[in-house]
Amino acid sequence: MSVTLDIRLKRANKVYREGEAVAGVIVLACKEPLQHHGISLSMEGVVNLQLSSKSVGVFEAFYNSVKPIQLISSNIEVAKAGKIPGGKTEIPFEFPLHTKGNKVLYETYHGVFVNIQYSLRCDMRRSLLAKDLSRNCEFIVHCQPQKAKVAPTPVNFTITPDTLENTRERSLLPKFLIRGHLDATHCVISQPLTGEVVLENSDVPIKSIELQLVRVETCGCAEGYARDATEIQNIQIAEGDVCHGLSIPIYMVFPRLFTCPTLETTNFKVEFEVNVVIVLHDDHLITENFPLKLCRV
Amino acid sequence: TAGCPFHHRPSASRSRGRNYEAELQRCRPEVALVEFGDYHPLKPIMVTDTKTRHGARKGSTSSSSSSSSSVPPDPLSSMLDGTDPLSMFAAASASETPAISRSRKEKEEEAVGADFEPWSSKRGEILARFTTTEKLSINLFMGSDRGKAPSPGSSAVSEKVRTRLEELDDLEEGSQRELLNLSQQDYANRIEELNQSLKEAWASDQKVKALKIVIQCSKLLSDTSVIQFYPSKFVLITDILDTFGQLVYDRIWSMCSDPRPLPDSFTVDDVNDTAKETCLNWFFKIASIRELLPRLYVEAAILKCNRFLNKSGIQETLPRLTAMIKGIGDPLVAAYTRAYLCRVGVEVAPHLKDSLNQNFFDLLGTFRQIGGESVRKQLALQRVEAPEYLTLYSPAISWILQCIAYRAPEDYVNCAEIWVEFTCRHFTKREVNTILADIIKHMTPDRAFEDAYSQLQSVIRKILTYFHDFSVLFSMERFLPFLDMFQKDSVRVEVCRSIMEIFIKHQLDLTRDPVILNAMLHICKTMHDSVNALTLEDERRSLALLIIGFIRMVSFGRDFEQQLSFCVEARATFCNLEPVLVQLIHTVNQLAMETRRVMRGSHSRKTAAFVRACAAYSFITIPSLSSIFSRLSLYLLSGQVALANQCLSQADAFLKAAVSILPEVPRSISVEGKLRSSESFLLDFTNNFLAMLLVVPDHPEHGVLYLVRGLLNMVQDYTWEDNSDAKVRVYVSALPLLAAMGQETYVYSVPKVDSNETLYGGDPKFLSEINKLCETLIGQILDHLKVLGRDEGTRRQGALAFSLFGVLLAHGDLRNNKLSQLAVNLWNLSHKHGHCEPRVSVRTLEFVKHQAQQPDMSHLSDTVQRLTLQSRT
Repeated sequence: MSVTLDIRLKRANKVYREGEAVAGVIVLACKEPLQHHGISLSMEGVVNLQLSSKSVGVFEAFYNSVKPIQLISSNIEVAKAGKIPGGKTEIPFEFPLHTKGNKVLYETYHGVFVNIQYSLRCDMRRSLLAKDLSRNCEFIVHCQPQKAKVAPTPVNFTITPDTLENTRERSLLPKFLIRGHLDATHCVISQPLTGEVVLENSDVPIKSIELQLVRVETCGCAEGYARDATEIQNIQIAEGDVCHGLSIPIYMVFPRLFTCPTLETTNFKVEFEVNVVIVLHDDHLITENFPLKLCRV
Repeated sequence: TAGCPFHHRPSASRSRGRNYEAELQRCRPEVALVEFGDYHPLKPIMVTDTKTRHGARKGSTSSSSSSSSSVPPDPLSSMLDGTDPLSMFAAASASETPAISRSRKEKEEEAVGADFEPWSSKRGEILARFTTTEKLSINLFMGSDRGKAPSPGSSAVSEKVRTRLEELDDLEEGSQRELLNLSQQDYANRIEELNQSLKEAWASDQKVKALKIVIQCSKLLSDTSVIQFYPSKFVLITDILDTFGQLVYDRIWSMCSDPRPLPDSFTVDDVNDTAKETCLNWFFKIASIRELLPRLYVEAAILKCNRFLNKSGIQETLPRLTAMIKGIGDPLVAAYTRAYLCRVGVEVAPHLKDSLNQNFFDLLGTFRQIGGESVRKQLALQRVEAPEYLTLYSPAISWILQCIAYRAPEDYVNCAEIWVEFTCRHFTKREVNTILADIIKHMTPDRAFEDAYSQLQSVIRKILTYFHDFSVLFSMERFLPFLDMFQKDSVRVEVCRSIMEIFIKHQLDLTRDPVILNAMLHICKTMHDSVNALTLEDERRSLALLIIGFIRMVSFGRDFEQQLSFCVEARATFCNLEPVLVQLIHTVNQLAMETRRVMRGSHSRKTAAFVRACAAYSFITIPSLSSIFSRLSLYLLSGQVALANQCLSQADAFLKAAVSILPEVPRSISVEGKLRSSESFLLDFTNNFLAMLLVVPDHPEHGVLYLVRGLLNMVQDYTWEDNSDAKVRVYVSALPLLAAMGQETYVYSVPKVDSNETLYGGDPKFLSEINKLCETLIGQILDHLKVLGRDEGTRRQGALAFSLFGVLLAHGDLRNNKLSQLAVNLWNLSHKHGHCEPRVSVRTLEFVKHQAQQPDMSHLSDTVQRLTLQSRT
């Protein structure tokens, strides 16, 4: 006897804000009437922190102290023990998205060392002979719009052999001049990162220009902290020996879930940076780093 | 649930518009309507495990690794859980599918009309044209591409994490496939297989795999090895992209087909949230594709899907994608990417011209790359010559231009107007001809040229600026057809006029080039035919001048017969413009004289016949002129030419004709718009005519001095103005002729023509005829002098008397006492009323005295004695 259990949210995009109600239906479908011992639904929001492997050795002492931070948690009984008829049964539900005390609902974020996730879980308890059924459904929380409105300030950059740091043999570098700008480094998360880059001249052909979006996650407490930068995505904006003097657009959409408004709390931080990476023909890398501040409006 | 494919059509008949499907729908019981969160018995039961793995670590979302199945929150797979739209599509009744696809086709035809040459018709041509015998290869990395090109981001990421992630990727799905040594046909087959796999993957709900196939195929387009095959490769691979674009669009479209299919003209408001979310997910997924070229191609492939999200999506996306192409370093790859973008752009939104234009301008902006080092190296490596390389661009550029030009005759002609200058400056007539052909092709439908005369004229002006060699100009076979587009009379004549002006200015050498002659005749005929009764005199004159300019440049060299037949043709063509006819007669006369020169005065049988033909030409052309003085002078001139060519009867005919039309000369004629007395013109003519008569031998069948008598008779009968001495002046002028005719040797003669001196050999009968005639004339003159004395005409009397005195002095034999006495009397008469200019009298007297010094002239001293100077006092 087959039975399916499903949670369907009303909103197709599953995005909710604090104060709104997470609404939907629990869908039960079975061919014949079904006996159960009660159906419950729970909502949970958790921040999971993880220490990077390189940090573990150093901060072993406080490894255990990095435990999940609960943001929200509630539980309701959907149906008492009983029987559901054969066919499709829909049980509507609604959870108000409210925090207790002075807790803040951070925006959903899927990272490497920091994960902020919200989910609904539906459990159907059944008799000893049949397995309990359970269904999980993630929903997405967007934080409240930030009121402070920042006018975009363009950030200009010029890259030549002379502007580079970390170069051992500056004299061996070919000559080049790269100019460009980002329209803003204080970015609205729902809008793309934009700007332009111009290869004014270069002695050697270039191979590629790329935009590397980097997350910088910091986990820590009083005893110390671990800070790790990892790549989220790498977007190529130029390929091959591009025409000199031509303005090449910088354009990158901030991926959903993997980015969130820049976040700073007492226990952890999530920040973002973008690298403009120029790959020369001999795979020589030239990187210009820009810290970003993301916000939601 | 099925929709009617025709429900959006307005009803054409008088009957009530019916939507049977909708009516049927309304008749069905409510229960049949499926609500949100539907359950369908046919839908496969899917339990997708979305339990979050807390241990999952994510290195990157780039296309290569994000698709890893170990990562549940992948944006693409997350949209696949639960309400799979494809299953919903499958659940829809099978019968509606053909209806949907049919209405879809109709809609596409609305976007670009049947007048747009579709891509499908170019495909075959490109595939057939760009072929290779070299071996091809296909490189597909269905999983990670990190092994090949290490991501440059390593500096930012801890090395350990990276390595582990890469290992994971490779382990799980690093299925690299490299197909080498493929023939062209193998290659096409392989690509078609991929196309099939794409469809299969899609049908079996493997959306991620489908996307990967498309990404990998797009990547093949950055590979320019075996470059001569690139255009064909583009064709094959964009087929796959088209398939993909259509699959995605159809799928999202079908998600909105509940309860009934979306109308073709749907708006964002008609699209449900689920469909929007799915669509958005596709765009997010594509935005994260690591490499530029696949990202561009795949987003372009689903451009149409923007319709589901917002009104301005397509409008905003096209310029962005256009700008992104600037990042493609290889100019050929970039050109084809532009062609593809234009292709989807024009299909989806043909009205958005800006991006099409921008693509073209950007293409031009990067044109210099073609000569750059990277391209040179590549060509050297592949042993491809630059000209062959350039032809690889033509399908792409021609497609882009076709898109730009579509239904845009105005835009088109503005571009063409500029282009033609570029082409004229840097290319040969062949390319200019191609442009002309193209302009004709674009401007002919719907008589689009009517709104573009100024641009088309400018095209002609530019061509004329650069092409002064008319044999080159007219050898462009589309040049005259181009002129045919100027169908408004005033414009057409203006264009012809500008061509003629350049011709006259720059054609320095005489020509017989048949190409030039045909074309110029055509142009001149156009100008000539524009003349009608309303044409202003100025306009006629200037047109005639231009045509004359052309006629004067025509020369067939020694081929005189050809030249004459040209004149015959020209006469027929330009019969309405008198100055042109006059010129033609001059040309023919000149031709006869040229023949004479070549023959050194002695005609052969053949050349004699030819010059007679010339005379005949003039003889029959002259009567068609309306200006009497043109006729007179041309008769005289042609008579002289005929005589010079020993055509005696022709010369006679001309002169007789001239004499016979003398009575027709009106008393006044219009000269430059003013009415003036014709008398002085007539006198000039008769004097010229008389001078000619000296050398014209008498006709054997007519009497002595037949022509002289004829002329004098006509002069006598002519209705001269009242109170005019003109007739008598002619008589006075005739006297020197008669005197000259009596000489033993004439003062001038025509070579190889016997004048009367030879014919008569000083025959006394002939001389006495002359004398009789002289006496008659002098008698007439004296009668007239008497009349003048009576009628207060003393001033005229004096002048006339003095001129007769002059003639007698110069030509008369004053040894004859009677004549001497007459001379003295005339002198006195002319001085009688003191109207004589004393200085003239004094000088005359001095001349006579001087003459008297000459041998045999001593008798004049007696006469001088009797000539006295009188003063009025």
